[in-house]
Amino acid sequence: MAEITMPKLSDTMTEGTLVSWKKKAGDKVSSGDVIAEVETDKATMEMESFEDGVLAEIYIQEGQKVAVGEKIARVQGKGEAAAPAASGSDKAADKQPVPTAEKAAAQAGTNVAPATASGAQAFEAPAASPATSGDAPAGRRVKASPLARKTAASQSVNLSGLTGTGPGGRIIQRDVLGAAPSSGGQAATSPTLTAAAAAAPTPKPSTPAPVPPAPAKKPGLPQKETRVALSGMRKTIADRLLQSKTTIPHFYLHIEVDAEPMAKLRAEVNAAGEKEGIKISVNDFILKAVTKALTLVPKVNASFAGDSVVEFSSVNLAVAVAVDDGLITPVVRNAESKSLTEISLEVKDLAARARSKKLKPDEYQGGTFTVSNLGAYGIDRFDAIINPPQAAILSVGGIIKKPVVNKAGEIVAGQRIDLGLSCDHRVVDGALGAQYLAELRRLLEWPLLLLM
Amino acid sequence: MNYDLIVIGGGPAGYVGAIRAAQLGKKVAVIERDRAGGTCLNWGCIPTKSLLRNAELYHTLSHRAAEFGFKFDNLSFDWSKIIGRSRGVSDKMAKGIEFLFKKNKIDYLRGEGTFKDAKTVVVKAADGKEETHTAGAVFIATGTATRALPDLPFNGSTVIGARHAMTLEKQPKRMAIMGAGAIGVEFAYFYNAFGTQVTLIEMLPRILPVEDEEISATLQKSFTKSGIKVLTGTKVEKTEVLPDGVRITAKDEKGATQTVEADVLLVAIGVTPVLPGGLEFKRDARGYLQTDDSYQTNVPGVYAGGDIIGPPWLAHVASWEAIQCIEGLFHGKKPRKVTVFPGCTYCQPQVASVGLTERAAKDKGIRYKVGKFPFLASGKAQAVGEGDGFVKILFGEEHGEVLGAHIVGPEATELIAEMGLAITLEATHEEIEATIHAHPTLAEAIHEATGAAFGQAIHI
Repeated sequence: MAEITMPKLSDTMTEGTLVSWKKKAGDKVSSGDVIAEVETDKATMEMESFEDGVLAEIYIQEGQKVAVGEKIARVQGKGEAAAPAASGSDKAADKQPVPTAEKAAAQAGTNVAPATASGAQAFEAPAASPATSGDAPAGRRVKASPLARKTAASQSVNLSGLTGTGPGGRIIQRDVLGAAPSSGGQAATSPTLTAAAAAAPTPKPSTPAPVPPAPAKKPGLPQKETRVALSGMRKTIADRLLQSKTTIPHFYLHIEVDAEPMAKLRAEVNAAGEKEGIKISVNDFILKAVTKALTLVPKVNASFAGDSVVEFSSVNLAVAVAVDDGLITPVVRNAESKSLTEISLEVKDLAARARSKKLKPDEYQGGTFTVSNLGAYGIDRFDAIINPPQAAILSVGGIIKKPVVNKAGEIVAGQRIDLGLSCDHRVVDGALGAQYLAELRRLLEWPLLLLM
Repeated sequence: MNYDLIVIGGGPAGYVGAIRAAQLGKKVAVIERDRAGGTCLNWGCIPTKSLLRNAELYHTLSHRAAEFGFKFDNLSFDWSKIIGRSRGVSDKMAKGIEFLFKKNKIDYLRGEGTFKDAKTVVVKAADGKEETHTAGAVFIATGTATRALPDLPFNGSTVIGARHAMTLEKQPKRMAIMGAGAIGVEFAYFYNAFGTQVTLIEMLPRILPVEDEEISATLQKSFTKSGIKVLTGTKVEKTEVLPDGVRITAKDEKGATQTVEADVLLVAIGVTPVLPGGLEFKRDARGYLQTDDSYQTNVPGVYAGGDIIGPPWLAHVASWEAIQCIEGLFHGKKPRKVTVFPGCTYCQPQVASVGLTERAAKDKGIRYKVGKFPFLASGKAQAVGEGDGFVKILFGEEHGEVLGAHIVGPEATELIAEMGLAITLEATHEEIEATIHAHPTLAEAIHEATGAAFGQAIHI
């Protein structure tokens, strides 16, 4: 007999939400069978059984949050007599199921980056905001009264974001009415541009999903507050970015790069490759350049480890992608071995799956350097917060047409792009950061180098 | 002695609050001038239910013996034993409360409590001895007393209140009852069952005026059929105390005057607050203590709950309030105030309700659906020979949540609990329909009434 416990599916995971059971009590299970879906602070993952037998008892209802290590079900081996759950621990640790892809030992726990979107990807509007019915997507259940569910469904309020005030923290109708958009309160689920917090000036909220217009405040009307419970992702963003900004000595460098050669080459490449469906974005060029520059200045591709600095041999490039209610940084592994096209296709795929919350842990863990691009949101330049335990993050603004002085000393129209590098001073000193940015500039201003 | 909490009054608010505080590890004293258990246990809920049980039995044997196949040559009753059984039940229950005090290490102080200041209470025992105690907090649960007519004081023989009505030594031949709330209605049933000629006078247009109109009408029909003279919409103009009874002059809505003569007039027009002395409190227009969201009076550190803070004057509400207050005080919970509570009347047929009446739903502009099921169509009700009455449930039209439930009929007061739970949990018709109700039970009527509201009842 084996007690199945909530597995730790990522290094930051402290609790998981049991989204749905794929097996019922009494069902036969074989090792490898998917028995449940679990939502962590990052993604929704399938959980496999490591046992052969019968799912004897389910302790945790769908929609419940459970701490890592807490018992969630019991599998009874073949031939074992039915017995009530024994309290006390069985050897749960070595028998607990693991998520399908949780094999990669994250070389560095990379999670959420303080940035929003990755260039072109970000421009594609993320999938429409999740099911507006009472139940969250995928039939996930939250603790709510039947009336609250029906009211939520009719008022297009997502229950998963609400805090219940009913018996035992249950969501009751009053909580739903308080959150309904028509009440003038903020819609509980309205996605926000989390990078606003990370980036220096507050960018205008150009979130792709519609934001309810702020109600015109009439004098004398009482202020209405809507409390939105933190999602797992929001909590991670809050925890990690606070930790980063308060414990890592940040400093910031900026360069302005001539974007004309890159823009020209991009147009040529896309025109020439149209038949093959090649469509490279500005961001793809930057990602490729960032990677190449990291191989040239490997000391930036590093991490502070208390009594030492760890330099990584390969570039695991994390790319910030805005998703509903937050952001996530999927990782292009061994980017130094990948071509511009390969990087482009991989990032597109990762971004799409990030938005549908289908990333596996090893697809967003282990990054060594992060790129955050707010150019598509109309941001000229900004500073990003380092995604720990990485040593630096690149913040990319939009391409701007502006007067520049050419080599002949004349003022002409030019296209410029601002690149910011936020550095962990414990790893990257000013001169090293400058050296890295100089390489980056060289590669972007002679972009043919990126195709070689 | 210094206590964490002194409770003044040992009724359903006081004793329950005291026990919960003791359970939370507090040092508690309860001051009671009469008997532990308060009105409920000694002069209300419990002794009257005992009397009503006698009435039910006797009514069945005297009126329905043939139907059940019984024959009696000399069926009779012993009035003093009927009253005696009721008192015995109360005595037993009151002792039970005293035992609970002991078990929870609560000091039970017999006497009258008076405030010296907000944290000091003087207890004056029946023999005149005084003790002074202090406390971190004081909870007032002094309740109410029966209200008399302004110009017609109780005399214990011809003009009486509920307390006397449950201890009359001799059964009156004719009784007039003023006020057709739960108390008036229950005594009307009781005395009528034993053969007293009962006239029930109500100023408002129907008996049990707080209940749903259909319920009132059904009960009134049943009362009239059983021989009770029911005068609704009738205002008492004049009362005269005669040597061996009372004469009441009353006027109905049309202005017609009539005279009712009776051996005894039971005045059941309501209650009046009973306050401890020594401090002045902020009170509402009717004299009840005003409390804030944490049940605190305007005097810091002095709390109050139960009948003394106003209607509904119900034991179960009082106990609930006391627990809310005490847990807020000592357990850091946010106290809640009463919103939904069941109301029960224990005559036959019984009446019970929770939530909105149809009139209240209309007044609030709530769109609703009604589901009704008569006990006539219930197998269990037929089997036990109690086919009168019905279940009526109001559901929100849009979402199908239970807005209110009204039952008149057998065991209505037991059946209502399910509806209270449904409202607390915000259940809708679907959850009730999805719940298998045992067969044969009276509770099936709730299931069927729910189905009826949405056109899915099987047996009607």
